[in-house]
Amino acid sequence: MPKDYIYPEFEIVRNEGRCTVCRRCEEQCANRAHAFDAATSRMTAEDARCVDCHRCVAMCPAHALKIVQSSHTFRPGANWTRDAITDIHRQAGSGGALLTSMGTPKDYPVYWDKLLINASQVTNPSIDPLREPMETKVFLGQKHTHIQRDESGRICTELHPQITLATPILFSAMSYGSLSYNAHESLARAAQELGICYNSGEGGLHEDLYHYGPNTIVQVASGRFGVHPGYLKAGAAIEIKMGQGAKPGIGGHLPAEKVMGDVSRTRMIPQGTEAISPAPHHDIYSIEDLRQLVYTLKEATDYKKPIIVKIAAVHNISAIASGVARSGADIIAIDGFRGGTGAAPARIRDNVGIPIELALASVDARLREEGIRGSISIIAGGSIRNSADVVRAIALGADAVYIATGALLAMGCHLCRSCHLGRCNWGIATQLPELVSRLDPEEGKRRLVNLITAWTYEIKEMMGGMGINSIEALKGNRLMLRGIGLTQKELDILGVLHAGE
Amino acid sequence: MSIEGQVRIPSGCAITSVFSKSGENISGRLVVDSIATMHERSNGLGGGFAGYGIYPQYKDLYAFHIFYDTLAARQACEAFIDRHFDVVNLSKIPVRKHPNIIDEPLIWRYFLTPLPTKLKDSQLDESEFTKRCVIRINDSIEGAYVFSSGKNMGVFKAVGYPEDVGDFYRLEDYEGYCWTAHGRYPTNTPGWWGGAHPFALLGYSIVHNGEISSYDANRRFIEMYGYRCNLQTDTEVITYIVDFLHRRRGLTLAEVASVIAAPFWTTIATKPAEEREKLTYLRNTFASLLITGPFSILLGFDGGIMALNDRLKLRSMVVGERGDRVYIASEECAIRVMEPDLEKLWAPRGGEPVIVRLNAGAQGR
Repeated sequence: MPKDYIYPEFEIVRNEGRCTVCRRCEEQCANRAHAFDAATSRMTAEDARCVDCHRCVAMCPAHALKIVQSSHTFRPGANWTRDAITDIHRQAGSGGALLTSMGTPKDYPVYWDKLLINASQVTNPSIDPLREPMETKVFLGQKHTHIQRDESGRICTELHPQITLATPILFSAMSYGSLSYNAHESLARAAQELGICYNSGEGGLHEDLYHYGPNTIVQVASGRFGVHPGYLKAGAAIEIKMGQGAKPGIGGHLPAEKVMGDVSRTRMIPQGTEAISPAPHHDIYSIEDLRQLVYTLKEATDYKKPIIVKIAAVHNISAIASGVARSGADIIAIDGFRGGTGAAPARIRDNVGIPIELALASVDARLREEGIRGSISIIAGGSIRNSADVVRAIALGADAVYIATGALLAMGCHLCRSCHLGRCNWGIATQLPELVSRLDPEEGKRRLVNLITAWTYEIKEMMGGMGINSIEALKGNRLMLRGIGLTQKELDILGVLHAGE
Repeated sequence: MSIEGQVRIPSGCAITSVFSKSGENISGRLVVDSIATMHERSNGLGGGFAGYGIYPQYKDLYAFHIFYDTLAARQACEAFIDRHFDVVNLSKIPVRKHPNIIDEPLIWRYFLTPLPTKLKDSQLDESEFTKRCVIRINDSIEGAYVFSSGKNMGVFKAVGYPEDVGDFYRLEDYEGYCWTAHGRYPTNTPGWWGGAHPFALLGYSIVHNGEISSYDANRRFIEMYGYRCNLQTDTEVITYIVDFLHRRRGLTLAEVASVIAAPFWTTIATKPAEEREKLTYLRNTFASLLITGPFSILLGFDGGIMALNDRLKLRSMVVGERGDRVYIASEECAIRVMEPDLEKLWAPRGGEPVIVRLNAGAQGR
């Protein structure tokens, strides 16, 4: 047993001079890291229980708390790092896969940070979004350019089903079950107010949220949880989840203790059962099977809803995307490997898949080479961190982006990567009623609306700087990007010139 | 130094035009005098003209104007032309030596028609066949460049100030119902004649003043439909967009204008239902062909001309009228020098197309 003892990664530092022993920290910490010692009338802390979520730090009225990374160290080594050593100790002790949450913390290249954005000087005026119209509205769906006219010569304006977004950002799939009801309602309310969409994730749609349907994408994943005709018809679009950037090639698992009450009813599975999504859809073993599911869903919804196919960014992404574009799907969502998750095996999350920037650039180029870019819209996700990332993604070729981690952060998440433990002190990734109630859906909505409003304004400012006054003129406009510190091969894949060229 | 096509060169410009709705013959000299008044808007690195109705004797034949860098390029290109077309007439384009126009390439003109067997085998219509041949020559025959390929129209362009270019090509010897002209102010030295404007494809020619910010979005979309933007210029991509929307997709010119200079969504929302649906449909379907950034273009086509500004009107453009004549230019002075006594003078609003056509039955058709 002592072999498995791992010194805590974080230490809770209490400023005893400031601490008033109000016991707020004790009350706020669902991990029971804080305790009151009656003998000394002082607060004590158990560092090993701390997940570094900052709830106590934020709630301490005396600002008496901080969390620091432990200076405790193994003999330093570049190869056998702390994580490499402790992972072995953990697995030697448990015999299991290591579980974790949210996006990979590993030091992989972030290509967004190596792409610089253009601005106008002299030959072309920049445009001030406060003085001139600046348009960010987008339509997602198939766009075919053959014009049909009726006998009187009028253009037939019927289109394949589309989603309309006031700004090119959607909240990505996060299921009810992995998220709390209040988190889901915050996303739904915000999407409605912003004129965008949120995504139900794979756990079905709570009956009280059906009236947000026009701003909801309903997801059909391999577990088919909560899928019935009313659900399919409830949303603005249907997403078939083939994969997720954080865990390509594997399914999902919502532990039995979370499958209670409304979660069980919404998922249409018995209380207290493990909700396991298989790795593949067992009716999709090939591309022609995907086509059948796409058309099954279209039939079920009278061809009125666009179908999104979400795939994880993997090595052969452009060929897969080409197949998806020919499957009848209206939109493809590509999820890069830095994307988040409510629970995933650490080894998968940290090692499988490719970055969204390269996947997006390669898919957009491939679909254009094949002349079928208009057959499908592209949503890019998997670590979009700010408005500049949105601008870069659209300039590389995306029609819109998915954000999830950013949305959670807006609602109060502090990225402690412990969602899988189910004791989210911020009321987001938990089903414990006393924790869920900490997130007020109105406050969650307000903060989400603020975030997207701020990003949209920044996007408009950057567009204006480039002399672009409508988002469609930015889409695929790779001349607006320059690489910095990239190899020629990376530049070629991204389809951009180097800074200075 | 890289030439046009190897590098993207933004440029400012002057444009002017004259059009006779009754199809009267107008000497090329008039538009040379007009563009000369805007000398300060050019910098001697490019000038050019397009005339419509100038080849009535060959009006049913395609007129190719071609620059050759070398004799070998001419031989290779003529071999290609002979395989695909019946050449009715060929000659050097007559020029007059001019001290300011130097380093001229070989400049040849061909009147031709597609070989019927080749055309039939291609399963294309005549215009699409011819367009593909033009793109093929420009894309794959080193040192050969077709810069004019319409019927009963022709483009004349060179590196130099436009008034000198007009003298060089002896434009006073040509007469047509429509002339457009262009003086260029590129921000880099192209030193290549093909990079001068107008840019033309089949009967479409474009002169343009501006620098579009949507360039790469437009280029990457239009290249899906068989076009190759070898010159990397705005004018080239705009010409291809017009060819695609007007000739191949059958949109009217007003509809083309509502794609490339689309009304703002707030404007579309105020329109009657039918109009609103149509504008929304066009803007959505052809979203990647919206052109942003400053532009003022004059699109010459068989039997007409269209003037269009970007939707914010970030470039000057005025229209003057007297009798059957319509004048459109970057500056009023360029119109006044052609017709001092105008009946009407106005500035079209951003995104508002001005479309002028020959009257029914007018000669020149």
